[in-house]
Parts: sequence; C-alpha cells; structure tokens
Amino acid sequence: MALFGIDTFCRDTVDKELVANCLKSGGDTTYLHWFLTAWGTALSLAVLALVVAMAFGVLMGILRTTPNKWLVLMGDVWTEIFRNVPLIIQLFIWYFVLPEVFPALKAVPGFVLAFIGLGLFTSSRIAEQVRAGIQSLPKGQRYAGLAMGLTLPQTYRHVLLPMAFRIVIPPLTSESMNIVKNSSVAFAVSVSELTMFARQTGEETSQPVLMFMAATLAYFVSAFVINRFMKWVEVRVRIPGGR
Amino acid sequence: MKQSLLALAAVTSLALSAGVAQADTLKKIKDSGTATMGVRESSGALSYTLGDGKFAGFHVEVCQRVLADVQKSLGLAKLDTKFQVVTSQNRIPLVQNGTVDIECGSTTNNATRQKDVSFAVTTFVEEVRIAVKANSGITSIGQLKDKNVATTTGTTSVQLLRKHERANGIDFKEVFGKDHADSFLLLESGRADAFVMDGQILAGNIAKSKNPADFRIVGEVLSVEPIAIMIRKDDPAFKKAVDGSIAAMMKSGDMAKLYDKWFMQPIPPTNTRVGLAVSDATKNAWTNPNDKPVEDYLKK
Repeated sequence: MALFGIDTFCRDTVDKELVANCLKSGGDTTYLHWFLTAWGTALSLAVLALVVAMAFGVLMGILRTTPNKWLVLMGDVWTEIFRNVPLIIQLFIWYFVLPEVFPALKAVPGFVLAFIGLGLFTSSRIAEQVRAGIQSLPKGQRYAGLAMGLTLPQTYRHVLLPMAFRIVIPPLTSESMNIVKNSSVAFAVSVSELTMFARQTGEETSQPVLMFMAATLAYFVSAFVINRFMKWVEVRVRIPGGR
Repeated sequence: MKQSLLALAAVTSLALSAGVAQADTLKKIKDSGTATMGVRESSGALSYTLGDGKFAGFHVEVCQRVLADVQKSLGLAKLDTKFQVVTSQNRIPLVQNGTVDIECGSTTNNATRQKDVSFAVTTFVEEVRIAVKANSGITSIGQLKDKNVATTTGTTSVQLLRKHERANGIDFKEVFGKDHADSFLLLESGRADAFVMDGQILAGNIAKSKNPADFRIVGEVLSVEPIAIMIRKDDPAFKKAVDGSIAAMMKSGDMAKLYDKWFMQPIPPTNTRVGLAVSDATKNAWTNPNDKPVEDYLKK
C-alpha cells in the first residue's frame, strides 16, 4: 500500500493520519477526496467553457461566411481579439482589470469569470474552424439552395451547416480536448482545480512528483475520454457513402 | 559556442562528481578552495537577487560571514563563493547531493526535513500573521468568519488556515494566489479581505505597494516557524563550524546589527524599508541558540 507513497492519498489533510475511509468527505477530507473535487472542478470548468465556446464560436463562424460585410467584420474582429491575446492575460483582464471598471463584477466568483474567459478564448478558435468548414463547401451548394427559393438562414440550416459540421468534427475534437488542458490556467485566478491541487499538495506532503503524476493522469484520462466520445459521434453522424 | 560547451562539460562533470555526497564539507572546501552557497531569487529580505548574478539578504550576509570564518579556520588564502539559485522544490536534493554546501534561503526547520538534511542554529523565527486593509476594521482572526482570505498556493499557511478552521469552527472562504505578489493583489483589489502569510513577506509586500499606509498587519500570531540555514546531514565538523560562527555573531550582537540592516533600514535595489521589528521569538532564538524543528515550537 505504501508503494511510492501512494498511501498519502488516504491521509487526512490536516493531521496527516491515515484514515480508514479513504473517501471521507465533509469537514475532514483526505487527499483523495481533495483530488477528486479538484478534478471535478477542472471538468465542470471545461464543460461550461465548452458550452460558451460552441455557442459563440458557431455563431461567429457563420457570421464570417455571410454576404453581409458588417456581419463578416463583426465575426472577424471577435475572432482576432480573442485569438491574438494570450489566454492567461485574458483571464487576468476578466479577473483583475474589468472589475476595476465595472465594480459589479467583483461579486462574480473567479470560477465563473474563468469559464467565460476560457470559453470566449476558445470560441475564436472554433469560429475559425467553422468558417473554414463552411468555406470548404463548393460555392455551388449555396447558390443551389438560394436558387431553390430557400432564404439565407434556410440555406444555412438545411444545406450548408449539415455538411460543414460533419467536416469540422475532427478539429472540434482537438478543441474540446484543449479546453480541458487549458482549464489549468484558471489556477492563476484562484480556482481550486487540478494544477492548484498538485502545487499545493506537492508542497504539503513533500511528494510533488506523486501529486503531479496524479494530476497528469487525470488530465490525460479526461482528454482521452473526450477524444473517444467525439470519435463515436463522428462515426454515428457519418452519411453512408459520404466522405 | 566553444565556451558554452566547456561550461556544459564542467557542469556535467560537477554533477557526476557530486552524485556521491561528500559528507566532509570542510575537506571539500579546503581541497577545492570554493564553497557553493544556495540562494533564493525572492525570499523577502532573507535571500533575494539584485539581478546580474548578485544575491543579497539577511541570510546571505550571515552565510558570507560564516564562510569567512570557515576560511580563517581552514587557513585558506582565498575562498571563492559560488551562488547557486535554489527553489523550494530542489533545495533539499541539491544540498543532499553536494551541489550546494550551505543553503541560505528561507527554509523552515521541520522534523521531516531533518531526516534528509541538517540545520544550523535558528537565525530567524517567522511569525504567520494577517494583513488587512487599514480601513477594514479587522483586528483578529475571529472577525474573518465568512470573509475571503487570501494565501499563496504551495505554502504551509494554507494548511494552517485549514487547521484553524477545524479547531475553531470558523469558516473562511479561501482564495489562493499563485505567488505572493498575486495574493497581495487579491487583497489590494478587494477580492480578499485578508492575506495570511509569513510576517516578513507581508511586510515586504506592503512596503513595496503603492500606498503602504493603506495596509496593516494585525491580529494574533497564527504560527511560528524557525527558519534556518541548511547544510548536509551527518557532517558534525561542518555543523560545528557553522553553528559556532553563528552563535558568536548572536553573542556579539552582530546578528542584531545585521537584522537591523536588512529589516529596518532601506535595502537595495529599490531602497525601501521592510520595517519588521525583531520579534520576541527571534530574540529568544538568538539568546538560546538551538536547532529545534518547528514541531517543538508548536508544542508550547
């Protein structure tokens, strides 16, 4: 049991004694419980950020392919702003700078600002991929839709997007995996996620290697599960005989 | 290019020869004519860099005096001191494997570490305190119930807060800064109502802030930790030399003068004052030189 100090996980976080129930929670937690909580925080952060990223990313990606130049400009500006500023700086802006301008933001927890910041950063990358997906379709498809009397939104809904989304599933898979790994940056704005867990417990237990291994494994497993899930989605939605 | 290759070769051979720890540091210093001092990049006024490969601070100067005494007792005409930057993660391995002969940073002397390394007599006793905004009206830890309390990830203060929560049933909301500067920013920006950390670090951050008068260190001492100079284990001759030199400084009053120089007077590079008066616990350590670990302090 004491192999590589792995029993550390069953120890109480205050008095460092081994406890019978490794998963004991409540007032007295074990390192294992703390680890699982931190993993949960990292995953919820990633999932919420992904929702934000998908919503804005798909919208902006579509806007960038419309015939209206103002909508295109809006999508382009959005993408360039969020894509060209480093993620950690965006989070600092959300956490430290904007609350100075809008004091109401001070009451918003770091977790919320972190998933919004992470989501908007990723939305610019998704916007780029969605745009590329739509533009990879032959122009004739758009004209054919319009020629049949469909409105522009109908053309997108029934002709362009069903094809484009299937094309962009592989890059979206990468993005979904990236968002899990990028969630580690939220540690810089005081969110108690996996990276913070590893740094803090590494110092507390004098077992930094063990704690970073645990965090690494958790990130790997999370990203890999997403990878397999998206692969499954990709196969399920494939059109028989399509590419 | 050639120079960097040479340097690389030198480092590699050094690392290889250092693989086996030499327990006789005095002999090593005498034979090589050099001693390697472990220093920190930013450990408050205890040990920090001035940039350009220069290091300074209270513990750095104490170590320089110790090495001067060692040089005298060995009868060496010349003793080169090399600086090696250490971090809280690598300081113990580097002392163990012989890369660093004497670590002059801000290492807490505790029982776990005493299994791996040895400590000189305690030169500084750190008190964990609370910093708040001067206008907040907070004067004690009891008033922090349901308040946001900042502390720095990777420090023992995080554990200390948890212990305190459990013992007194007080619930704080902890916010973790990624480093001390970040934690202080949490306090400054109002995201946290208090910052719990070593008094020396709090005083240093307040001194460096835009408006030092806006902040105050308040409340009871939450914990005390003996900070000591670290040396290799099982090297009684070297420990005796280091302890003897430090004890002489404590006795002659030089230690108090050095403390005044680094903690009460303006210090480089910005010529600001830390302004942390010597605590009773530190004074006590100077009058009764000892290398007791932190556990012995907590028993009282």
